[in-house]
Amino acid sequence: MPQVTLTVNGKQHTVEVENRTLLVELLREKLGLTGTHVGCDTSQCGACVVHVDGVSAKSCTMLALQADGTSVLTIEGLAAADGALHPMQEMFREHHALQCGFCTPGMVMSAIDLVNSHPQGLTEKQIREGLEGNLCRCTGYHNIVKAIAAAWPLMHGRAAAAE
Amino acid sequence: MYDFAYQKPSSLADAVKALSADPEAKALAGGMTLIPVLKQRLNKPTVVVDLAKLGLVGVSVSGNTVTISGMTTHGAVAGDAGLKGKIPSLTELASHIGDEAVRHRGTIGGSLANNDPAADYPAAALALGATIKTDRRSIKADDFFQGMFATALEQGELITAVEFPAPEKGAYEKFRNPASRYAIVGVYVAKTAGRVRVAVTGAGQNGVFRHTAMEQALSANFAPDAIAGIATPPDGMNSDIHASAEYRAHLVGVMAKRAVARAY
Ligand SMILES: Cc1cc2nc3c(=O)[nH]c(=O)nc-3n(C[C@H](O)[C@H](O)[C@H](O)COP(=O)(O)OP(=O)(O)OC[C@H]3O[C@@H](n4cnc5c(N)ncnc54)[C@H](O)[C@@H]3O)c2cc1C
Ligand code: FES
Ligand code: FES
Repeated sequence: MPQVTLTVNGKQHTVEVENRTLLVELLREKLGLTGTHVGCDTSQCGACVVHVDGVSAKSCTMLALQADGTSVLTIEGLAAADGALHPMQEMFREHHALQCGFCTPGMVMSAIDLVNSHPQGLTEKQIREGLEGNLCRCTGYHNIVKAIAAAWPLMHGRAAAAE
Repeated sequence: MYDFAYQKPSSLADAVKALSADPEAKALAGGMTLIPVLKQRLNKPTVVVDLAKLGLVGVSVSGNTVTISGMTTHGAVAGDAGLKGKIPSLTELASHIGDEAVRHRGTIGGSLANNDPAADYPAAALALGATIKTDRRSIKADDFFQGMFATALEQGELITAVEFPAPEKGAYEKFRNPASRYAIVGVYVAKTAGRVRVAVTGAGQNGVFRHTAMEQALSANFAPDAIAGIATPPDGMNSDIHASAEYRAHLVGVMAKRAVARAY
């Protein structure tokens, strides 16, 4: 069987896979990281978004073999060792940006990429456009947008009041 | 998904060889089309040949020509400052393909090779008069697209780069499907010295096409009014749950006028 060696949340793993194994299957079924969800069959919902080498990718639309040699970050890798939440997770909680929570891991991973890739600032329009690949059936998006806007200054080390 | 053999060659020659040896072999670029197709069991390749190690990545500008390597992602095209200076309508088009995560992996070569009748890049290639470079030859965009999901590529032939001459001005207007973000109708208008090309995607049953009546009118007078009276016949237009043939035909006119008005 083919083997994939990759780093997941800072830890290196070598895993036996089938050629057709998807990255999301490797994460959920081989590594037991079930925080990454599968919400569709059509690459459209974004519940499976993780970071591959620092940028968002739909792990349901990548072969595990394509992730060989990469560094993957999943929702489980965000909180600090002492359990302190990542600022984006904290803001999702504070702004009530989740209801059932199914879309949340993918939303949070896309949101972090969006904030990271916009060091100059992030408008509401950019946030809404940036979330086009993530579907939520519960919240109506408003509170997700608020949470991301609130996380931007925290992640870029600026006081919210300076905005 | 059916299982398949998998190869990740590190030279273009080896990739071409692997793909040419077996008519059921398939190239894998960003996988944003191929993997969904495999998941739905709509295709059953014997071998998947991953192009990731061929190094066909990057954008270069030389004089008035921009060359985009085949494996360059939509995100990299959208963010390329040199390209934006030459053909801003092309970086803008790339920035509206799918969503962020799709743009991080999907490639220009994969999009053109796939020739989805609702894809965006085929309109850019046809309107700008691009040349598609492969491992063995150069193909003019006018000869490349051969109907829905069909191209001039031979079995095993790989797109290595796409060359775009910069126009004086251009614009792409897409009326998009809000769920998939593909074009229900997209029109790319490009004006170069003395002539205008108009390419329409999303609308035609045979995929992307040039709108010659509009090209003639716009070559004489590059203004939205010049094409206000040109009706696009609904025969040969797609009709589906998203839009009827008549509606698509109407949208072609609306998108074309907007593109001319906004050309930059
Ligand atoms: C949710 C979603 C939304 C999307 N929205 C849009 C949109 O709005 N507009 C749009 O235009 N597209 C859209 N796409 C499609 C996307 O742009 C794909 O990236 C693109 O169509 C295929 O590129 P790829 O690199 O992913 O190719 P792959 O999926 O890897 O391959 C596609 C086909 O091309 C062949 N191929 C790949 N590379 C080469 C090459 N260099 N030479 C020869 N053959 C090759 C493969 O064998 C395969 O048959 C969307 C996709 C998804 C999943
Ligand atoms: S599960 Fe990956 S996009 Fe829906
Ligand atoms: S919180 Fe339920 S799908 Fe988004």
